Amino acid sequence: MAATETHQAIEAVFRIEQARLIAGLARMVRDVDLAEELAQDALVTALSEWPQTGVPKNPGAWLMAAAKRRAIDRLRRERMLARKHAEINRDLEGERDTGLVDIEAAMDDDVGDELLSLIFIACHPVLPTEARTALTLRLIGGLTTDEIARAFFSNEATIAQRIVRAKKTLRNAGLTFEVPRGKERKERLASVLEVIYLIFNEGYSATAGEDLIRPALCVEAQRLGRILAGLAPDEPEAFGLLALIEIQASRLAARTAPDGSLVPLTEQNRTRWDQLLIRRGLAALDRAEALGGANGAYALQAALAACHARARKAGETDWTRIAALYDTLKDVMPSPVVDLNRAVAYSMAFGPEAGLTLIGEIDQAAALRNYAPMPAAKGDFLFRAGRLAEAKVQFERAAALTRNEREKAFLVSRAAACGG
Amino acid sequence: MRVMVLVKATKDSEAGLMPSTELFEAMGKFNEELISAGILLAGDGLKPSAKGKRVAFDGPGRTVIDGPFAETRELVAGFWLWEVKDLAEAVEWVKRCPNPMPGPSEIEIRPLYEMADFEEAMTPEVSELHDRNREKVASR
Repeated sequence: MAATETHQAIEAVFRIEQARLIAGLARMVRDVDLAEELAQDALVTALSEWPQTGVPKNPGAWLMAAAKRRAIDRLRRERMLARKHAEINRDLEGERDTGLVDIEAAMDDDVGDELLSLIFIACHPVLPTEARTALTLRLIGGLTTDEIARAFFSNEATIAQRIVRAKKTLRNAGLTFEVPRGKERKERLASVLEVIYLIFNEGYSATAGEDLIRPALCVEAQRLGRILAGLAPDEPEAFGLLALIEIQASRLAARTAPDGSLVPLTEQNRTRWDQLLIRRGLAALDRAEALGGANGAYALQAALAACHARARKAGETDWTRIAALYDTLKDVMPSPVVDLNRAVAYSMAFGPEAGLTLIGEIDQAAALRNYAPMPAAKGDFLFRAGRLAEAKVQFERAAALTRNEREKAFLVSRAAACGG
Repeated sequence: MRVMVLVKATKDSEAGLMPSTELFEAMGKFNEELISAGILLAGDGLKPSAKGKRVAFDGPGRTVIDGPFAETRELVAGFWLWEVKDLAEAVEWVKRCPNPMPGPSEIEIRPLYEMADFEEAMTPEVSELHDRNREKVASR
């Protein structure tokens, strides 16, 4: 094998093993920063040895053993140092090296459990949200600091600083590195799901011509979602989230026009939707529902996305079902935007008057005051109800509010269609 | 990137020989690893080519050919669809796969075309025509 090929192979191995390696080491030394350093050390050792010896049969175990040796060396050195200091003061006779025994014991723990624990740690609520995101991408996703910086329109120094600070916070928090259980688990899981969805949405909001690392965040979030679902196979919302992002990702190729502007769901070319991802999303949704999680916030949003995914043409959309799902979502995740979407669903399912009734109830919501979709929806209901003059006013208002040029042009044309 | 990972056929797979319990178990474990790494999108095993058919094209002509087919080594006995960062990662994963056959065998990795590969070659008009065609096929 050529030298560069070996190099590539080692890097690929390390990418595959990195998260598990750090996870195992972190539980051992109870320090994420040290764990990452030990993992890097192991990689350096591999880079110097493997080109001569070849890639070992079980590279993951090899790397773990190398890192573990480094950990023990380091601990011994620290112990010796401590002992020398201690000898001056008092006799330490009889003390046993319990630290090493602990390390040996910790090595035998379940690997999947360790990775899950690391995911929970990286998304720990003691950290600010952007630190959780950066740390998750770094430790679990294996992205470099530079890649994370480019993905979030930031610079490398800022992200590096953010990661350093996050690791310090974690160290000072005195965490157990156990997978949270019981009541705590629910709250901690919510944070993990939020981080993954945030990463996904960052990628989803990427526009044409941007650094390719940004849309790649969607793929990264999908991978994280799949890993999480694999590690927590009894958590319905893990599958709810996975379903949601798989289905949303299925539309990536169809949602932008050649000029880079966003194409609304109902106007997308559905032949460009990725059927494989839709199938995977629907399967994940089935699983979430089978686990009793049909009413979870992510599962409900996934179920809404699924209604669109199942319709081969926009005209075949099951709006009655969508309206019913919004009824539930309104209770589970109350928000003015959910209210507005519910009104739209009602207008599609039961006619414009139903939409107007609902929109009347939220007309004064402060959050929607300058929100273009609000007058756009109202204009649409009025137009379909034959109240053209009123509709025109709403379309014009919406056109003035939107920043999207393509949408503005569309709204202006709708206003013009109202005549007078 | 997406890759299709093709398990090539052997005399044994073409003879319909089912994998041993041990291999089933090892393969199950490997699949579990692929799932927990988040890279497995789809996959399945194929029946021997004796159960398959080919349609040969020649201009307007269509000829149906019954299996089994010759050139065993060129046939496919199973496949996976993976989402990986690059080809090197796929190679590393394939190396970890248990030998899928009782004797010597081969696994082939083929990257899928992605939209970006076509974008340079396709003018908007061609792209639109392509979409229209797909739409027609889908609505059938």
